[in-house]
Amino acid sequence: MMPYLPHTEQDRNDILAEIGINSVSELYSDIPEEILLEDKLKLNDSLSELDIKKKMKELSDQNHDLTEYISFLGAGVYDHYIPSVVNHIISRSEFYTAYTPYQAEISQGYLQAIFEFQTMISELTGLQVANASVYDGASAAAEAALMSTSINRNRKQIVVSRSVNPESRKVIKTYCQAADLELVEVPLCDGKTNKQELADVVDEGTAGVIIQNPNFFGLLEDLSELSRPIKKAGAVFITAADPVALGLLEAPGNLGADIVVGEGQSLGNPQNFGGPHFGFFAVAEQYMRRLPGRVIGETEDKSGNRGFVMTLQTREQHIRRARATSNICSNQALNALAATVYLSLLGKKGLQTVAELSTKKAHYTAQKIEKLTDFKMTFSGPFFKEFAVSTKKDKTELNDYLHENNYLGGFDLQKEYPELQNSILLAVTEKRTIEEIEKLVSLLEAVK
Amino acid sequence: MEVKEDLYYSRNHEWVKTDDDRAYIGITDEAQDQLGDIVFVELPQKGDRFNQSEEIGVVESVKAVSEVYTPVSGTVVDINEELLDSPELLNDQPYESWIISLELTDDSELDNLLSAAEYKSYCEGAQ
Repeated sequence: MMPYLPHTEQDRNDILAEIGINSVSELYSDIPEEILLEDKLKLNDSLSELDIKKKMKELSDQNHDLTEYISFLGAGVYDHYIPSVVNHIISRSEFYTAYTPYQAEISQGYLQAIFEFQTMISELTGLQVANASVYDGASAAAEAALMSTSINRNRKQIVVSRSVNPESRKVIKTYCQAADLELVEVPLCDGKTNKQELADVVDEGTAGVIIQNPNFFGLLEDLSELSRPIKKAGAVFITAADPVALGLLEAPGNLGADIVVGEGQSLGNPQNFGGPHFGFFAVAEQYMRRLPGRVIGETEDKSGNRGFVMTLQTREQHIRRARATSNICSNQALNALAATVYLSLLGKKGLQTVAELSTKKAHYTAQKIEKLTDFKMTFSGPFFKEFAVSTKKDKTELNDYLHENNYLGGFDLQKEYPELQNSILLAVTEKRTIEEIEKLVSLLEAVK
Repeated sequence: MEVKEDLYYSRNHEWVKTDDDRAYIGITDEAQDQLGDIVFVELPQKGDRFNQSEEIGVVESVKAVSEVYTPVSGTVVDINEELLDSPELLNDQPYESWIISLELTDDSELDNLLSAAEYKSYCEGAQ
């Protein structure tokens, strides 16, 4: 008898007797006998708790994480420091849920945390209304594209720059296919959105335009200038942002963005092998009622005490059914909570410091690498904490060599940009020390 | 439930009031009562053209979101912008609070609509 199967033979017989059948197999009597599996499943015999723990340890030891490696890998997921307090707070049982709690208003503490989260995102993005979070940066970008077609109801074209994270672009493409929207990609010019091409393609058929800043290559896009043709055509201006960069850069909402989305992992969340992470989503006030996902609002109870409620729920699927404009009906509560705790620990000054240190260290690293004979910067524009370098050396051998030395090297850009054959993307966060940077540079130099 | 004489009614609980070739469209007392407190109204734009039974906007209450359909075809001449700031007018004075006014395309469509008496028995029958 397995300790985790609660029903005894007696229980099972009682249930069968109650519903008036003799055996469990009678429940499957509608399935033709010839397609029923008669052999036993090809599974190993059950193990004892002690053995299973050993087995699981063996399996998990095959994973490697950033306690063993020095990472210069980014491309959307970053190795920022997470203060210990974050994990202590989010591990409290009161907070331990992946979603908005059911019977949400009973969980006032959780709702308050989400409300604080929304407030912080709103302040960082410079837009008035933020939701309780969505799955990840990619789905946030795709939901924003969809939202732009609900604002511009007769327009069927979405425009996205090729400097937007390729994974986000793939999810946007999937959404556009299903929603029967035309997706147009704007080509690059020295690693940034080609302004002329953007102005040429955006017209009165364009529902929304998506620009990422800093873009996938870490380069800074000129949001104010890019916004001009977008505004002129009456399209919705969507920007994707790294929330850490928002500690340093002007809020996109102040530069003309109507919707700001992004991957939130940088804020207090581990890499988690690529997920779960969370996406953030903020909009200008006039678009509030088109905002997908959950929103927590502040209110007063009948005695005048401050309280929190789920608000604007009427647009969600469980009420609006087929006419709901978005499929998102919960949030990434635990991940967003980690971000809330992280931001409250760091404060405005702290986030600014993280952004500044990352930028300075990235620039220091770039300067060092540029001096190596076989390396040069792929692009010329100003960058944040990430940059592309081109090399005459073999990228695979280079990354393998770094790996052997417990360093995680750059993202191979050729995978997503065939024209960037010799380029890798390196990310530098505030965690990297001078010694680690010097070591990286000497490893890059040493590899044949 | 109040049903006003001299208006045309649809089975979707909209009313139509005519004034020469202009038609004013709103939602009935029954509709506002079923929806509860209305918190938001989404209006079309002046100049938009609609065929009979097409969606012209959305009324959102604390418990539901409902589409509003036009019972007659026409071009939007005016929208009641007062509703954007005071959507509760639809609850307080459903028959004074028109949502849009249309220039009628075909006034014979009015013949398909219900009279006050017919609408009243339609609502009673539905309960």
